[in-house]
Amino acid sequence: MKLGLVIDLDTCVGCHACAVACKQWNTSGTSGPLSDYDPYGSKPSGVWFNRIRHYEVDDYPNNKTINAPMSCMHCEDAACVTVCPTGASYKRPEDGIVLIDQDKCMGCNYCSWACPYGARELDQESGTMKKCTLCVDRIYDENLPESERQPVCVLTCPSHARFFGDFDDPDSEVSKQVRQRSGYSMMPEQGYNPTNKYLPPRQPPAVETHKPRQVSREEHAAEDKPMAQIQRWIAQQLKRQA
Amino acid sequence: MHPAISVICFTLFSGAGYGLISFLCLDDLFDLNFTLSGSGRLWLVAVALVLITVGLLASTLHLANPRNAWRAFFRFRTSWLSREGVFAVLLYPVALVWLLTLWNSEAGGSKILAALTFCLAIATLFSTGMIYACLKTIRQWNTALTPTNYILLGFMLGSLILVASGAGNVTIAVGMVGAAALGKLIYYYWIGQPAGPTINSALGFTRATVRLLDVGHGEGNFLTDEFGYEVAKTRLIWLRVISIVFGFLVPAALLLFFGSAAGIPAMLSGFAGVFIERWLFFAEARHVVNLYHGSQST
Ligand code: SF4
Ligand code: SF4
Ligand code: SF4
Repeated sequence: MKLGLVIDLDTCVGCHACAVACKQWNTSGTSGPLSDYDPYGSKPSGVWFNRIRHYEVDDYPNNKTINAPMSCMHCEDAACVTVCPTGASYKRPEDGIVLIDQDKCMGCNYCSWACPYGARELDQESGTMKKCTLCVDRIYDENLPESERQPVCVLTCPSHARFFGDFDDPDSEVSKQVRQRSGYSMMPEQGYNPTNKYLPPRQPPAVETHKPRQVSREEHAAEDKPMAQIQRWIAQQLKRQA
Repeated sequence: MHPAISVICFTLFSGAGYGLISFLCLDDLFDLNFTLSGSGRLWLVAVALVLITVGLLASTLHLANPRNAWRAFFRFRTSWLSREGVFAVLLYPVALVWLLTLWNSEAGGSKILAALTFCLAIATLFSTGMIYACLKTIRQWNTALTPTNYILLGFMLGSLILVASGAGNVTIAVGMVGAAALGKLIYYYWIGQPAGPTINSALGFTRATVRLLDVGHGEGNFLTDEFGYEVAKTRLIWLRVISIVFGFLVPAALLLFFGSAAGIPAMLSGFAGVFIERWLFFAEARHVVNLYHGSQST
């Protein structure tokens, strides 16, 4: 199995609901708590497994806002695992999930240096590294109804921009989405082979926002005659009917 | 990258210690014309071990959870950080037995132990460099020049300590200063070349401009603290100049004009220069995660 997420950059509205749901679920999960520093002060900060950033792609009038949620990509060639000196970071052979054993981590930050995607954050309270667990404590939980055995970020997304599944299965939802919508990896040149894929925004034609009608002086004079005004009115009405 | 003082002190002091002990090993093996008395040699080996220990202790200061530091020896097969730790720890018993054979000149085997100590010192220095050089995420480090410079600068400081102690060989020290300076200049040229991922490949929009609108968090976080460290370009250039002047030009000039009489100021200047160099090594490194925070390139 190769479990991971597909994120649709076309439909993501950038509401941060997935990040909030992630924090809520995981703070009492296997890697929890996700400590907050100065939460009610002037400089609140803390550990998050999922962060959404907002970009503008291309120039006016073809510009588009892109909301890019990023969490651990559960890379196939995860250098964050190989560089870890203590063996706290590991990749599960059975489903490809990359996890951190909180009891072994010594908080050296080295794995976070090796991660190109900013997925790992040190928790100052526990002194250990933390990251997305792919909700490992949900997806196999037999006490949950089967439809809910999914990462909480996927369940929460109000615009259905997130999909979870097995990339090794060609008929899974994630494999189909990647096939049909040309799903791609972020920063592939780093060579980490990230499992998570992103669906590019669809490309509708640019909306014409303003196009002044070109009217010559003669046309203007002709249009102002009463007969021409009536003709124009009739033409408009007919157009509206059709 | 955020330049952590603990890591700077680690690479500076233990680097110098490994350089010093390497030269003492080489002298035992091939006689480099050092004017060492028997007890002088013992003292210098002890100084090297103290420097190494100070450095290693400093390095543990940057661990957020030092209780688990003992586990760091376990991933020897994949992690350069682990390898560095293993070589560093192995060096102690070997160097101590070597010290004993030096002290008790009747005991044989000094040469073999010197060779072993030398290999371990080089291996540790190389591993320290590889900790940084193996990271594909930081192009300023991901080069063979990184371990080369760690070894050259360690050797340079070692030879300067030897000269300062009155035992060293000025020609060797000046040669090391020259080699280290050359290595560093090639490195600065190398990192000046544009390369690496851009904000476009980071997000997968390679046919259009990409601009950051909002990072999604109001205050800093771990990522911005650790990787977002940035220094003004002009200040970086000035610091480079200062590190080259103090690290290489002043020690070389002092040694060339005044010989071993100027050993101590040359050594102090060398340490100051390399300290700034190490600080720059971190401050100039641009992690690719900065692309997601709006940098156009690394
Ligand atoms: S995204 Fe980062 S933390 Fe996750 S597997 Fe890849 S390299 Fe490791
Ligand atoms: S899979 Fe779970 S842990 Fe990972 S980002 Fe989604 S909610 Fe967070
Ligand atoms: S909840 Fe869905 S739409 Fe909102 S930011 Fe997350 S992925 Fe995007």
